[in-house]
Amino acid sequence: MFPILEAEFLAPEIKRFVIEAPRVARKRKAGQFVIVRLHERGERIPLTIADGDADRGTITLIVQGVGKTTRLMNLLEAGDSVLDLVGPLGEPSDVRTYGTVVVIGGGVGTAIAWPTARAMKEAGNRVVAIVGARTKELVLLEPELQAIADELEIVTDDGSYGRKGVVVDPLCERIMRGSRIDLVLAIGPVRMMQAVAEMTRPSGIRTIVSLNSLMVDGTGMCGGCRVATKDGTRFACVDGPEFDAHIVDFDVLARRNRTYSACEAQSLKAFQANPKAALDAVRHSCRLDQSHRDESMAEVASR
Amino acid sequence: MSRNTLPPKERTKIPRQAMPEQEAELRRHNFAEVNQGLTVLGATTEALRCLECAKPACVAGCPVGVKIRDFVELISAGDYLGAASKIREDNVLPAITGRVCPQETQCEGCCILGKKFEPLGVGYLERFVADYEREHGMVGLPEIAPPTGKRVAIIGSGPAGLSAAGDLVRWGHAVTVFEALHEIGGVLMYGIPEFRLPKEIVRQEVNTLGQMGVEFQTNVVVGKTVTIDELMTEDGYDAVLVATGAGLPKFMDLPGEHLSGVYSANEFLTRVNLMHANDFPNFDEPVFDCRGQDIAVIGGGNTAMDAVRTAARLGARTSTLIYRRTEAEMPARVEEVRHAKQEGIDLLTLANPVAFLGDDEGRLTAVRCIRMELGEPDDSGRRSPVPIAGSEFELPVAMAVVALGTGANPLVQSSTPDMATNRKGYIAADPETLRTSKPGVFAAGDIVTGGATVILAMAAGRTAAASIRAYLDTGRWNEESPSPA
Ligand SMILES: Cc1cc2nc3c(=O)[nH]c(=O)nc-3n(C[C@H](O)[C@H](O)[C@H](O)COP(=O)(O)OP(=O)(O)OC[C@H]3O[C@@H](n4cnc5c(N)ncnc54)[C@H](O)[C@@H]3O)c2cc1C
Ligand SMILES: Cc1cc2nc3c(=O)[nH]c(=O)nc-3n(C[C@H](O)[C@H](O)[C@H](O)COP(=O)(O)OP(=O)(O)OC[C@H]3O[C@@H](n4cnc5c(N)ncnc54)[C@H](O)[C@@H]3O)c2cc1C
Ligand code: FES
Repeated sequence: MFPILEAEFLAPEIKRFVIEAPRVARKRKAGQFVIVRLHERGERIPLTIADGDADRGTITLIVQGVGKTTRLMNLLEAGDSVLDLVGPLGEPSDVRTYGTVVVIGGGVGTAIAWPTARAMKEAGNRVVAIVGARTKELVLLEPELQAIADELEIVTDDGSYGRKGVVVDPLCERIMRGSRIDLVLAIGPVRMMQAVAEMTRPSGIRTIVSLNSLMVDGTGMCGGCRVATKDGTRFACVDGPEFDAHIVDFDVLARRNRTYSACEAQSLKAFQANPKAALDAVRHSCRLDQSHRDESMAEVASR
Repeated sequence: MSRNTLPPKERTKIPRQAMPEQEAELRRHNFAEVNQGLTVLGATTEALRCLECAKPACVAGCPVGVKIRDFVELISAGDYLGAASKIREDNVLPAITGRVCPQETQCEGCCILGKKFEPLGVGYLERFVADYEREHGMVGLPEIAPPTGKRVAIIGSGPAGLSAAGDLVRWGHAVTVFEALHEIGGVLMYGIPEFRLPKEIVRQEVNTLGQMGVEFQTNVVVGKTVTIDELMTEDGYDAVLVATGAGLPKFMDLPGEHLSGVYSANEFLTRVNLMHANDFPNFDEPVFDCRGQDIAVIGGGNTAMDAVRTAARLGARTSTLIYRRTEAEMPARVEEVRHAKQEGIDLLTLANPVAFLGDDEGRLTAVRCIRMELGEPDDSGRRSPVPIAGSEFELPVAMAVVALGTGANPLVQSSTPDMATNRKGYIAADPETLRTSKPGVFAAGDIVTGGATVILAMAAGRTAAASIRAYLDTGRWNEESPSPA
């Protein structure tokens, strides 16, 4: 059981959690993720470790409510717990001194890119951050990025904040202008990452993406997270989640991510009909776990 | 002294007692156990068939040397709990091995009765006493030696890790089992389906170990959450046993393998067994909706059989097993093949997939196969399958499961560079002692041998436990370490 110490909304439907997980906090590196299961009947979902504090034994997760599990998680508050949390999983980002690194975050991808962006800055890179969101209130981590980025550009679909357009626009301009770019890190929806990959391909700019494939175990055991690359089949959970954007087949990824769309819609509908019942299930699971623990502690003590 | 007064000739006249089974038509629609277990009368009658050989061949045929003759004799005397504790002297998971061991090639395969008659139903009897014990009060926990002050970390909670834990804790060592998943049991939990091995039985066995003092920590991936070196230097474990199994799925590298609807057996079975996707939407994890669909499973082992029978239970219209040799060469247990056929599984033998075909949405629509014929025997002694040119055909299916075996997961090995591995990535361990090349670290089960059986993994767990005990007692690590094979 993993207690939630802090929980606050950063934007509508995007919530930041600080969770006690000392072992993960000690080991995690930028680019890694955890797998979370909320309750006894819950599914296992991957979430990037956005930040951590080894001394306090905590990690930070930033969650966008899209389907049942993430929306349910976003109902949790400080004082609640997550039943299972395992990690840190995946290969850490390859943080080196590249020169100028352009970090592109789309939607909640900004949160996923944030730890790597900061590590890149700390490694001595010039960091240009381009952040995209649908609308003003969905722009994530602006102050945090402001603090580390040498340049920060914000783009919204509706033009309510920053410039109007998509994140690929400022990138395109920079490439056209011939600005120096040594590495692009792009994280967001599959189609956004694909667009970035196409943009940097002709000029051969090294481009890294973090792939959001469906996962179950996160340890290389099920093969469900497999991605098609020019170099053959890779598992996102152990070989990634970061990959060279120019070898990834994004169409396959997008199609594989739709595998369970009917089930997901069904789950979401049932959840929305009665979110409280689902929330009770989480709280009940975690209480069970706690009382089970108390019992075994008592047993040990009485021996 | 034998209490079986029947003369041997009379014993051989008793027919082998049949295992009561759930009707095939009924069971293909549920996940309840297929075999229902012998009754007291059935078990006692079966026990009376035993010839009580002076040198029992069955014991020699058992990888852990369960005292079969002695426990069977206790059954024929009506002492079922005595029989249970007799088995427990050598086997800590009898309710499990009684269900999943390939008895026909081990104990029963060696039974003298089997030369002229049907062999003694050792597996059925083992299962009977284990179930009897569970239902009629346990024999009590085995005696635990006073604490030695030594601590052992076991990585992986499959049969190898569990059996080692059972021994080590009895000898007074403090044992912690680390498991990557959220449930304890390894393949017993996520691989073998409920209809062959009810999960409740695994949980009970695990509980017993917990009561004996074994500590279980789930959600720990050794190599990621913590390394072996950290366990030894920072957490102060005196010895480590690696029992991580062989869980890396093998794919065929065929065109179309990324289509939605193509699964590895591990993923398909994990979704159903561990995540209960068969009970979606009561459980959140989904799995391909097999209802009314045609599905295929590729392979001929226990895993393939489990996957195809699971798909049938999920409501598939037709479930076909595609195997490149003939039924005679299938590595799956005979009983499983028989059960599968009774449940309406179609065997498509002498055929091999060459491609997966899909629609515009990226969903599987068919498997393209080629017919095979048997040629000369290969290294395994089995006649090797040879494709017949021009014989390609398409089998329309909406889901396909690839069940072609598994390999070594590299997570632990890659984070422990000073522990030698062999060519295929399995851990190199001395066959006698199961010591690895890294002092204080032992390895057992599928991660050493490659995919094998529950009982072999348990036997290896016990061998490792014995050498860990010797190492902890003497503090000596024999200089000769295994070299990578
Ligand atoms: C390595 C990794 C790190 C991730 N980190 C974060 C994170 O830090 N914060 C965060 O909010 N999300 C993150 N995700 C995505 C998150 O795991 C999914 O949003 C989540 O699994 C959806 O579960 P659900 O039950 O809420 O939605 P579902 O009902 O499963 O799905 C609803 C919708 O979301 C899409 N979806 C499903 N699974 C994923 C997925 N894995 N990635 C993207 N879209 C998906 C579906 O196609 C569907 O349209 C990460 C994914 C991966 C693989
Ligand atoms: C579907 C299927 C059906 C089978 N049917 C039969 C049968 O009928 N009869 C039979 O005898 N055998 C059968 N087998 C084979 C048998 O299950 C295995 O040989 C046996 O389970 C191996 O035991 P093990 O302890 O070595 O490993 P496993 O049972 O594989 O357990 C290893 C455990 O270690 C965990 N782990 C792995 N890496 C790490 C890590 N880095 N950190 C922490 N934990 C980790 C895994 O999650 C897993 O729980 C079957 C196998 C499968 C897959
Ligand atoms: S999630 Fe199972 S192999 Fe990657």
